[in-house]
Amino acid sequence: MDIDLMLRVYPYFLEAAWVTIQLSVLTIILGLICGMLGAAGRLSRFALLRFLAAAYVSFFRGTPALIQIFLLYFGGPQVGIQLDAFEAGVIGLGVNIGAYMTETMRGAIISIDKGQIEAARTLGLSRFETFRKVTLPQALRLMIRPLGVNINAQIKGTALVAAISVVELTYTAQRYIGSTYKPFEMFLIAGILYLIIITASGKVISYLDRRVRLQ
Amino acid sequence: MTDPKPFVEIRHAQKSYGSLEVLKDISLTVQRGEIVAIIGPSGSGKSTLLRAINDLDPLTGGEIILDGVQVNKTLPHRQYEKHINGMRQQIGMVFQHFNLFPHLSVRDNVTMAPKLLKGISGKEADKLAEEQLTHVGMLERIDYYPSQLSGGQKQRVAIARALAMEPKLMLFDEATSALDPELVEEVNLVMKKLAEEHMTMIIVTHEMDFAASVCDRVLFMDQGVVVEEGPPGKIFKNPDMDRTKEFLRKHLAGSK
Ligand SMILES: Nc1ncnc2c1ncn2[C@@H]1O[C@H](COP(=O)(O)OP(=O)(O)OP(=O)(O)O)[C@@H](O)[C@H]1O
Ligand SMILES: [Mg+2]
Repeated sequence: MDIDLMLRVYPYFLEAAWVTIQLSVLTIILGLICGMLGAAGRLSRFALLRFLAAAYVSFFRGTPALIQIFLLYFGGPQVGIQLDAFEAGVIGLGVNIGAYMTETMRGAIISIDKGQIEAARTLGLSRFETFRKVTLPQALRLMIRPLGVNINAQIKGTALVAAISVVELTYTAQRYIGSTYKPFEMFLIAGILYLIIITASGKVISYLDRRVRLQ
Repeated sequence: MTDPKPFVEIRHAQKSYGSLEVLKDISLTVQRGEIVAIIGPSGSGKSTLLRAINDLDPLTGGEIILDGVQVNKTLPHRQYEKHINGMRQQIGMVFQHFNLFPHLSVRDNVTMAPKLLKGISGKEADKLAEEQLTHVGMLERIDYYPSQLSGGQKQRVAIARALAMEPKLMLFDEATSALDPELVEEVNLVMKKLAEEHMTMIIVTHEMDFAASVCDRVLFMDQGVVVEEGPPGKIFKNPDMDRTKEFLRKHLAGSK
């Protein structure tokens, strides 16, 4: 193993790691938004919204994320959607993880005891007030951990956009292999950097989880 | 006893789940300040009837009238929601499994609805919580969370929570059946106190002694109908109907 080489090239990977972090943050934000809308749709009173949300979830969970990204990036221009690789990556991955987050959020919401909801309605609270005061505060606590699992998967999932040449960690490793012929070292650097990012995000999530649990 | 206008009036209440008819044309009235017990075997429709009164389980036929206002009016969705939320503010309900809000302190369990729906705040809300919790003997636990309370304590807080909305009518659905025997009495005492204050109450219960000592009238339900009703002395000592006799015999044998 060529440690000297690794020490020489790793600074060039840091910029790529920064791109991976940006991709992660943006896709997670987009995913949370899609997840909220999706969960609201899945739990709606209106059959059409329920159907649309269920269709969204089954399409994006039922096809490979890579196909979704290719569809958007390579297929998009055919139907008038012009995106650069980074944009296509963010949108493709964000909407994809949103489908998983939809189910996570929905799961947390429906796990709240029906008796409490009845108690709130009996006091005269409207559906919305009951959701805001009883269901949501408890569901938020319950969803932090499983959303953490989605987020962990998503950070690793950003590697997929190497396939459309976004210069993030995985793509950068491949490019340096082209000039150094040292795949073991290059992938090891990328792996270590992923590990650092994921460990840090995991720490943030368990911190949040602990905070809401204590009160 | 001859008040011409009943406080609660149930007219031809009918409820089906698919082809299963759970309430079969039940009519009854309750006077202001009256305390009515509903007894009967499991599955006879007691909870369904009680929960129809505040429209938690909507009837498939018939009318519920509280103090001259129909609870289960036919209205467009939005208007109905508004109407029913207003009606429910006047009807307190206590459940077998307490259904306290675990993420809120005892104080906030009691004041959440009045704050939201009656616009009280700060000192006023604190005063309300203190009053209601004193009433049920739970003042010293005001800053606890539900998970830190015993079953009997939880139920007393649940009663305080319902009373904080100043309801005209209180509904109890087996308020003590989930409690350990030694915790039943503390909840019964609170209910007795309410009775002395002339709160109108409809109480579904399996506790015949309690019904006999607190209630003005007892209804015996079986298979979706009110088989027999009358003062506790009559129903428990000298019922007319065979079904009532049989139920009481089995029930009293079972509880000894
Ligand atoms: N959501 C429902 N769907 C179908 N059937 C139901 C539903 N809720 C209640 N039932 C049926 O309605 C009947 C009456 O139920 P209910 O809960 O009112 O009885 P109960 O007298 O309160 O009994 P218990 O003493 O066990 O509480 C039962 O046969 C029950 O199976
Ligand atoms: Mg019942």
